[in-house]
Amino acid sequence: MKARHKRFAIVLGGLAALGIAAALILNAFQSNLVFFFTPTQVANGEAPKDRAFRIGGLVKEGSLQRTDITARFVVTDTAKEIPVAYTGILPDLFSEGKGVVAQGALDADGKFTATEVLAKHDENYMPPEAKHAVDQAHEASKTLKQ
Amino acid sequence: MSQPLINWFKFASPASFYPLAGKLWPWFAALATAFAAAGLWISFFVAPTDFQQGEGYRIIFIHVPASWMSMFIYCVMAFWSAIGIGFNTRLSGMMSSALAPTGALFAFLSLWTGALWGKPMWGAWWVWDARLTSELILLFLYLGYIALTAAIDDPRRADKAGAIVSLVGVINVPIIYFSVKWWNTLHQGASVSMTKAPTMAATMLWGMLLMALAFWMYSIAVALYRVRAIILERERHATWVAELPEMQR
Repeated sequence: MKARHKRFAIVLGGLAALGIAAALILNAFQSNLVFFFTPTQVANGEAPKDRAFRIGGLVKEGSLQRTDITARFVVTDTAKEIPVAYTGILPDLFSEGKGVVAQGALDADGKFTATEVLAKHDENYMPPEAKHAVDQAHEASKTLKQ
Repeated sequence: MSQPLINWFKFASPASFYPLAGKLWPWFAALATAFAAAGLWISFFVAPTDFQQGEGYRIIFIHVPASWMSMFIYCVMAFWSAIGIGFNTRLSGMMSSALAPTGALFAFLSLWTGALWGKPMWGAWWVWDARLTSELILLFLYLGYIALTAAIDDPRRADKAGAIVSLVGVINVPIIYFSVKWWNTLHQGASVSMTKAPTMAATMLWGMLLMALAFWMYSIAVALYRVRAIILERERHATWVAELPEMQR
């Protein structure tokens, strides 16, 4: 084995060892790396109980109610739901049926009081006409199924 | 053994790479300008308004190519570092040093444009989610590489130390890339990836790809230009430098 082969082997071996170490560390910190908990995770008791955390999901259609500047809405992951109350300015992209991440705390009767609400958008980019066409196709397929 | 078509090792010598880089960089600079002009024209005038984000989404044409470049340049630095450690070539360390400032620039651009985009769309300049945090670590890795190599006077030892930093740090690149898949993040998933069809309108995609090409060409041009300066600085006592036509004046 030439000296340079040895050095390449050391580099490759080092990278492999580092990769394994990184994977193990990230795996160990898994629960600290998530940005938010889904309503299902909260229902299963995976969310921290003693401190503030974030919940994420979709704003349930038809659930948004505004009184003065307090907004009440339901965050859903289509399996479980959490009612949220937030006083403040909502981001422009916030709307029913869209993604949302709210930071705050859960009270005893399962209501979430948010101190910050962020909009989470998806990775789809298209002109409004294309969106309209997609929605219509979606509606059509729904009607066909019924 | 048959003679290879191009003797790659010939260009591992700074003396023969210096004139080659000098010949190449203006071409890459010209290509960068052409691609950027086409890309910006599509970005601003051809690509349609987004159904959800309106005109604000147009920052994607800088943000995504800059983020791609910040990750890719780091991989290239790690590649040169591995070559440098393995073959003990002087040029590889110089290539890494030449790439680092450009990589740091793109990492910064990615974070900066991301903040400008995040405020109107998400409602926050910055959040500590896995994607944003790992990209910030990438910026610090670039800055750490630059600081470390600048702090060691002997260039060969500086290259060695820098090579280890860039090889250790390359672990972060897949973490950045897959962060949006492995953990739930505020940052959305990838619109363009190798495993599925892009989830953007075709003209938007073209604008983004042209901008990405422009950033590639810019990075190559700047790296070649910078490596020439590094070669001259390190080899200033060599006779081939003294014999260069530009040194005769």
